[in-house]
Parts: sequence; C-alpha cells; structure tokens
Amino acid sequence: MLPEMGPIHWLLDPLQYDFMLRSLAVAVMVGIICAVVGSYLMVQRLALLGDAISHSVLPGLALAFWLGGNIFLGAFIAGVLSTVLIAWIHRQSSIKEDAAMGIVFSAFFALGITLITVIQKENKIDLNHFLFGNILGVTVADVRDTAIIAALVLGVVVLIYKELLFYSFDPMGARASGLPVGLLNSGLMVLIALTVVASMKVVGVILVLSLLITPGATAYLLVPRLHQVMILGCGIGVFASLSGLYLSYYFNLPSGAAIVLVVSALFSLAFLFSPSQGVISRYRRRP
Amino acid sequence: MPPLVLHHLSVNYQDLRALRNINLTIHPGQLVGIFGPNGAGKSTLIKAMLGLIPRVTGRVTWGEADLSAHLERIAYLPQRSQIDWHFPATAWDVVMMGRVKPTGWLRPFAASSRRLAQAALERVGMAELAHRPIGALSGGQQQRVFLARALAQEAEIFCFDEPLVGVDQATTGIIFKVFRDLAAAGKMVLVINHDLGESITNFDQLILLNQELIAAGPRQWVLSPEHMRRAYGGEVGFWGHVA
Repeated sequence: MLPEMGPIHWLLDPLQYDFMLRSLAVAVMVGIICAVVGSYLMVQRLALLGDAISHSVLPGLALAFWLGGNIFLGAFIAGVLSTVLIAWIHRQSSIKEDAAMGIVFSAFFALGITLITVIQKENKIDLNHFLFGNILGVTVADVRDTAIIAALVLGVVVLIYKELLFYSFDPMGARASGLPVGLLNSGLMVLIALTVVASMKVVGVILVLSLLITPGATAYLLVPRLHQVMILGCGIGVFASLSGLYLSYYFNLPSGAAIVLVVSALFSLAFLFSPSQGVISRYRRRP
Repeated sequence: MPPLVLHHLSVNYQDLRALRNINLTIHPGQLVGIFGPNGAGKSTLIKAMLGLIPRVTGRVTWGEADLSAHLERIAYLPQRSQIDWHFPATAWDVVMMGRVKPTGWLRPFAASSRRLAQAALERVGMAELAHRPIGALSGGQQQRVFLARALAQEAEIFCFDEPLVGVDQATTGIIFKVFRDLAAAGKMVLVINHDLGESITNFDQLILLNQELIAAGPRQWVLSPEHMRRAYGGEVGFWGHVA
C-alpha cells in the first residue's frame, strides 16, 4: 500500500487533494476543542455524559437531513435535548444520573439508527460516515461551520475560565459565593454538544468520546494545572487527529478509528512513562 | 454588621424532616460552634441557610434583606469528602478561586487579588507550598489552603463544615488562631465540629442541634447536662469534664 518515497513526500503528497486539506483543517480544530471541553468532562467525572451526548445527536442529524435542514443544527438540538431529558429524569425520580444517561442515550441512538435506515431507502446516505467518520465527506461548508463552532467554544472557555474552574472544582463553594452554577452547568452542556457536532464528520459519533477524554487524561498524567492539561491536551489531540487522517488516507481506514488508535497509543505511553505517575517510572524508582 | 436571623427554618431530606423549625439569631464578632450527634443536621443547617439545598419553610435574613442577596459576602468551606483532591490545580489556584466572584465576569484577576491571595497563604503558613498540586499536600495543609481561600474572599460571614477533620495538631492551632482573629475583627464565624474534646473550649458560643434546636448561647450554658442529654441521649456520661 505504501508507495516508495521519502518522509517529506509521504507528508506532502496527500495535501494536493482538496478533500484532504478540508479534512485536515477540520481535524486540527476538532482536536483542539475536544481536548479543551473534554478536560472539563474528565475532572468532573462526566465522561459518560460525553458518550451520552455524542450518541444522542444521531436522530437530530437524521431528521435535519430528511427535512433538508442544516444537519449540524439538528444534531446540536438533539444533543442538548438529551441533557435536558437526563436531568429531568434524574430530578423527577430516584433514578441515578448514570442510569438516566444510559436510558436516554441508547433510546436516542436507536431512534437515530431507525430514522437513518428509513431515510436510506429513499436517499443515499451512508450511516457509517456519521458513526465512524469519513475524510471524503468534509465539504467547504463543513470547514466553515466547524471554524465558527471552534471560535465560539474557545471564546467562551477563555472568557469564563476562572468561573468554570471554581465551579468544576467545588460546585458548592462556587454556589455559596454567589456564582450561577446552574447557568455554568448548562453552558458546559452546550459547549459539549457543540463540540460533538463539530467532530462527527471526521471522528464520528461513536468514537468522539475518545478524542474528548483521552487527550486531557494523557496530559493530566504529565502536568499539574487545569489550563496546562488543556493546552497539552490540545497538542495531543491535534497530533492524533492529523496522524489519524494520514493513516486513514494511506491505509483506507475509517478516520475516526485511526485517530482513536493514535490517541490511545499516546495515552498508553504517558500511563507507562509519565515521570510523576507512570507505572514503569514508579517501578524504576523503587529501590 | 447586623446579626444573621433564621426564621422557622425546616428542611426535608428525601421525605423525612431533617431540621424542624429552627429559630436562631447569630451575632458577629464571636466564634460559634455548631455541635450535635451524627445525623443531627449540622451540615444541613449551613447548606439550607446559604440556599445550597431547598428549604421546606423559613427565611434567613441579614439586616433588612434576605441572606441570598448577599452571597458574595459568604465564604463556605465544604466537607473534605465533597472535594476531589486529585483535581489538577495548585494551592495557588484554589486560593485564587476566592477572588473569582469579587473580580466579576469577563475580567482577569487584578494585582490586588494576587496580593490578597499571597497574604492569605502567608497567614496560614502555606506561602512556600503555593505551587504544589493540592493532591500532593497533607490533609492539614489542604484545609489551610481552603482557609486561605476563604480569607482571600474578604467575606463577612464564614461557614466551615468540619474544618478540623483529618488535620494535624499544628494545623488545628493555626486554624483556631485565624478563627479567633476573624471573630475579633467583627466577622461572623460558624464552625461545624463534632469533636467534643479540648477544642470545644475555643468557642464562645455554641449551637446544639439534634434535628431541632436544643440550645444556643454561651458555651457553659449550652453544655448543661440537661441539654446534652436531649441532644445525645444516653451518651451523656462522658461529658462531665468538658464544661
């Protein structure tokens, strides 16, 4: 499969294709916002919520496609709706939050699969593209929409960083000091839904959780402060997204799967060799 | 500073009554301890007072207005178990959280906030460890960092939920010194405690709870055998030496 050529050609060759340039642009932006938003999910122990929102976007995406609307918007609405529903079930009954997440996201996901299967009979859309990502599917409009979402997400996080830090570390203390924690929490849900929506073309909804959680978790093993976790996480996320796309290009793999394999490999390295927390580093420090 | 007044405060936990009709006036300038057996509703009282959990009935007023209109004047320290000590933050980051609300939205921290945080860390003897991750500190050091956060906030009302759990002797001394200084400066200092040993003599006033208010007032008076029997039931015997 790999042609005989030097590493420079290996890197530059795919860049002659417009579709690859579009995918790489989206991949960089997605790598950044996933790491930033995912760091909040990780420190608040809400990894499952990331999974819930990402699976829940599917019916909105399908409906929007069917009705000829913007699929990003449809997916976003479904994602936010799922968080509202999860919170509502949790509040109105003694069902625990993780159970409510499991119930809601599998129901939304099943509805999405059903809708897409029905739609597929009339129109040609390939379900796999949304589930696992497809680098051929990224249009100019997708690049534009992703850029808008990325600017929005990063702008909000920068502007309310200190409030989000206080809230995610000590929600009770933040609330007691007068911060609107309900609003901060809703804002965070919206940011997660936006990030998932931006990621679905390149990574796909099933595997986006990996790009949300793993870069931050990897960085968490290496640096001690949240903003450092986010910045290093961005680097890890971008590296994984880009190299995943190259693997996808050369080996004809679904891009989502390739990206996830790279980021998981990076996590394994940090897990084993992190100077402070690595399993092997700790072992070697022993007398 | 006006006193804090609780009017007919009742709270349910699930469907059970956790606090029954609490009427209480708390004055500033004194170190107030909140005592009672496990499940007496000590944390619930503070949380309901600050509006962190819903009340069934009751109001809390501070001067003319509801306390909820003055939240930025309150520093609250949650119980240790409520905090994820592996969170990626340094001691400095935690103390600066006390400056988030006073700084306001969309503004970076001012130099004056940094000076307040630095002074607060020095006051609790933690300035040298400011850049350590909180997870790398001992229990006592972690509590001191939280105390510094409360100080940096420049609050008027301080509520501490079991600040002495899991802390060393040196930290206990530092914490009580800060509490007494705050009270002497005219602040309101409320401390939940359940250690009825030596440390109880540090408090000027006690609030004794067991789902209802048993007694509130000067320490000696609250610790009467009659009050203790009503709060703790049969365990009264070992109380004699305390008061």
